[in-house]
Amino acid sequence: MSSPLLAVSGLTKRYRRGGKTIAAVDDISFHIEPGETLALAGPSGSGKSTIARLVLRLIEPDAGHIEFEGGDFLSLNGAALRARRARLQMVFQDPLAAFNPRAMVARVLDDPLRTHGVASRPERTRRIAALLERVGLSADLAARAIHEVSGGQRQRIAIARAIATKPSLIVLDEAVSALDVSVRRQILQLLLDLQRQERIAYLFISHDLGVISAIAHRVVILDAGRVAESGNARAVIGAPQSAIGKALVAAAPKLNRTSQGAADRQ
Amino acid sequence: MSPLRRFLLAPEAIAGAIILVALFAMALTASLFFPGDPQAIAGPALLPPFQDWSLPLGTDRLGRDVLAELFHGARTSLVVGLAAAAAALAVGAIVGTLAGFAGGLVDEVLMRITDAFQTVPSFLLALAFVSVVGPSLGVVVTAIALGAWTGPARVARAEVLSIRERDFVAGARVIGMHPLEIAFREVLPNALPAVLALSSVIVAAAILTEAALSFLGLGDPNRVTWGGMIAEGRAVLRTAPFLSIIPGVALVLTVLGVYLAGEGVVETTAVRRSLS
Ligand SMILES: Nc1ncnc2c1ncn2[C@@H]1O[C@H](COP(=O)(O)OP(=O)(O)O)[C@@H](O)[C@H]1O
Ligand SMILES: [Mg+2]
Repeated sequence: MSSPLLAVSGLTKRYRRGGKTIAAVDDISFHIEPGETLALAGPSGSGKSTIARLVLRLIEPDAGHIEFEGGDFLSLNGAALRARRARLQMVFQDPLAAFNPRAMVARVLDDPLRTHGVASRPERTRRIAALLERVGLSADLAARAIHEVSGGQRQRIAIARAIATKPSLIVLDEAVSALDVSVRRQILQLLLDLQRQERIAYLFISHDLGVISAIAHRVVILDAGRVAESGNARAVIGAPQSAIGKALVAAAPKLNRTSQGAADRQ
Repeated sequence: MSPLRRFLLAPEAIAGAIILVALFAMALTASLFFPGDPQAIAGPALLPPFQDWSLPLGTDRLGRDVLAELFHGARTSLVVGLAAAAAALAVGAIVGTLAGFAGGLVDEVLMRITDAFQTVPSFLLALAFVSVVGPSLGVVVTAIALGAWTGPARVARAEVLSIRERDFVAGARVIGMHPLEIAFREVLPNALPAVLALSSVIVAAAILTEAALSFLGLGDPNRVTWGGMIAEGRAVLRTAPFLSIIPGVALVLTVLGVYLAGEGVVETTAVRRSLS
């Protein structure tokens, strides 16, 4: 069997707070296969966002290894790291905060193309239009300012930006949590479509097991920086073993266990 | 209410704007109304104002046209004030952005340098610089900017420290953007409004410093300056006080105008709101 797309082992990040040290992420290990969705679930403060930031090298771990596409991701630096970032992208929770408040839609999508060496301007303009259409938006939107488009459109633009450099893995940190229900369903569908067509893997972070059951193949449930349980998303959500797993299931009343979630698609 | 309407409703802002418009008009029309050398002899020496309508503000000790000198002096004041302020704001914004964004040793070193410049009184710094290098327009501008960039640098650094924690900066890093591009293309433009809010005070101070240097004879000798006119008039202060009073009043009005108009702009645009 080939090596996984992302393999995280022994990942640890500690923060000092009020004189004592707390481990926000404590000896976490997991892996993601190409084209797979792994969900990170857990209550607020359980370390989900810290893991996302560690995996993206926005912060550095105190211990642990991260292997990405068969190479040691933590040993990359400078230009080599920046080049490799094309393959590992992110979508943030708040689609307004995720963009430069002064930016135009076109520039937001131009940045990754330009940064990763799509040199000719006409070619980039063509690709920007194609990206917008790819996420179900009109190409005319390119001429708008980012603060002029709706929240749902903005999150689609964030996804377009993330797929611009043809990544193999996208980290989504509460990417649909701020959206209202109907928009959320459309965005989840878009993510499923992209995954099916481009074989993109997702590290999908959410506190909402309902959303997770709709998109994830496997799930890791976190509690205070440690893994409480993990496994097939349908199995874990259907019959949680850990106390925190049971609590999260109980907190998601609208959870539809017979929905055609990603776990069923396997 | 739109910022423009609020600006027009503030009487002190309007007063400032009128003074500034007059000042710019003087500077721009100086060579139109007073072609030729303003330092050339134009009539009898020490002619009082309002005597001869071809020389409305009279003449100085050497018989030079005071009104012509006033117009050309406005030009010097504006050029030096704006250029020095622009240089100080640019240097301060760049240094502050680098320090705040890079952090660590770079921040430490840049802020020590900023401290060092701030410790020396800015007028002494300008005085020393011009004395050593010699007076010319460019040197005077540099000398004034040398003592004025530390304020903008501190403000820029403080803004950058908070902006760099925002999601869109993390987003730019995830894209793989070069750190210098993130600092200057993503972060700096968002820090700029707070830095630019300092410009009126810096321009006003630069104009005063220029006048003080010229008063001490350290201005560009080939240009008429209000500071130089005041110094000239000092020798005949008892017999012809108008020679010092006219450029002195012009200087006070200019500084007041710059300050009032600048405050008006800051007050009525989003700048102050985005600061809080
Ligand atoms: N920069 C930081 N400094 C100090 N503590 C932090 C920092 N970032 C996160 N933490 C702490 O780490 C823990 C996990 O936070 P986070 O990863 O944001 O949780 P989640 O995303 O699951 O809500 C929390 O207790 C949080 O207070
Ligand atoms: Mg979080």
